[in-house]
Amino acid sequence: MFAASDLRKGLKIQIDGQPYIITNFEFSKPGKGQALYRCKMRNMITGNQFTQTYRSNEKFEKPALEERNMEYLYNQGDEFHFMDTENYEQTFITREQLGENVNFLQDNMKLDVLFFDNKPIGVTLPIFVNLMVTVAEPWAKGDTSGNDTKPVTVETGYSLQVPPFVVEGDKIQIDTRTGAYVTRVKE
Amino acid sequence: MLDQQRLQLRAAFFQAIRIFFQDLGFLEVDTPVRQPLVIPEQNIAHVPSGTHFLQSSPELYMKRLLASGCERIFQICRCFRYGEHGRLHLEEFVMLEWYRLDADYNDLMLDCEQLFQFLGTEVAGCHFPVSLAGQWDRITVEQAFQNYCPVSVNQALQEDRFDLLLVEHIEPHLGGNIPTFLYDYPLELASLARPKASQPEVAERFELYMSGIELANGFSELTDSVQQRSRFEEEFNKMGLRDRAQRKMPEFFLRDLEKIDRAAGIAMGLDRLFMLLAGQDSLATAVTFSPDELDM
Repeated sequence: MFAASDLRKGLKIQIDGQPYIITNFEFSKPGKGQALYRCKMRNMITGNQFTQTYRSNEKFEKPALEERNMEYLYNQGDEFHFMDTENYEQTFITREQLGENVNFLQDNMKLDVLFFDNKPIGVTLPIFVNLMVTVAEPWAKGDTSGNDTKPVTVETGYSLQVPPFVVEGDKIQIDTRTGAYVTRVKE
Repeated sequence: MLDQQRLQLRAAFFQAIRIFFQDLGFLEVDTPVRQPLVIPEQNIAHVPSGTHFLQSSPELYMKRLLASGCERIFQICRCFRYGEHGRLHLEEFVMLEWYRLDADYNDLMLDCEQLFQFLGTEVAGCHFPVSLAGQWDRITVEQAFQNYCPVSVNQALQEDRFDLLLVEHIEPHLGGNIPTFLYDYPLELASLARPKASQPEVAERFELYMSGIELANGFSELTDSVQQRSRFEEEFNKMGLRDRAQRKMPEFFLRDLEKIDRAAGIAMGLDRLFMLLAGQDSLATAVTFSPDELDM
């Protein structure tokens, strides 16, 4: 259990049987009054957000969260299948649960899968991934309005802006936190 | 850590406050920071210091000075509240308190107006985020609940949600264009304040707000030591099972209180006021060293 005084940004708590992460936190206390804890929270399964102020006498359950190291295998429609690298058990996560992360999944990629109550609810990707450029228009100087970038598409179907020297068949490094181009990778 | 410019500004700010009170004939005093027993207040957690506690406010000792014959006194001192961390809260902060004999909370409100006007003209580089001109806004607690809150002040008290509703619904509206006094608090929320003669269910207590931020808490002092003793007993009951040292009756204070006829006193958070004047939005960038900058 957590007490209200344990609340802080980044803490994960359970409310009505659902796991939430605190995304914004403010302590307040009116003169001679009670301590109050204002929390903005995101549901870790549905993504829904809400704000609530708690008083010091409130208690919070710890959600049963666990991270397991797994390998991404393949997708079948909107189901993305993963295998536990220790016991070879398989499970899947839906496209909706993966959100933006779906743009950076590669076959046989090792990553952490987050389980709540033994059900997978999301993944933690490596910060950087290397992906092959599959579509890139040739870039002619003067074509654009002063922007020294052009759009490309990578092997997962994700599109992003890159410098003009990137061509089809290049491997590029992408920051999975921002989805932005980092550098061209030589292999 | 504050840069050279803000260190200069903070020093000028403290200096101007001292000049303001000295010019008005106030005596600067100091009282013990480590105290063997503390003001019985249910919502304040004290910081232990060996066999003593660090003061949450110099209130009791300053009133004993009033009882000894001081007519006007002020103090700028460090105060401590255990576990208070946030944008507007630090465990260690600077408090200004001033007390007047033969005065009530209306006199303190005038002091506040004059002090801010003085700071606005005397401290180059300090800028108030709101206008100080004319008479400041005044609104009773009851009226504020009627205007801004879905439930009445009485209902809020019955449901033990006064503080919650105040912070959620009322504070954001206070002091936006001009500083605002929120005044006449329910008696049960004013342990050391005098009941209002014309309206005994409220106490002559006010809080000063600027830009939705609470800066000061002042009141006409309760000087009836019998009433004060029973108010402290009520606080003890609400405190539950806290350390015994925090549940001792301050007998010297109650004895001295009988020597005071009429008085008023106020506590003002100077880090918060400086934060607003220096255009900052967190105490961390208004104090010399923020908690994150201390060796752990």
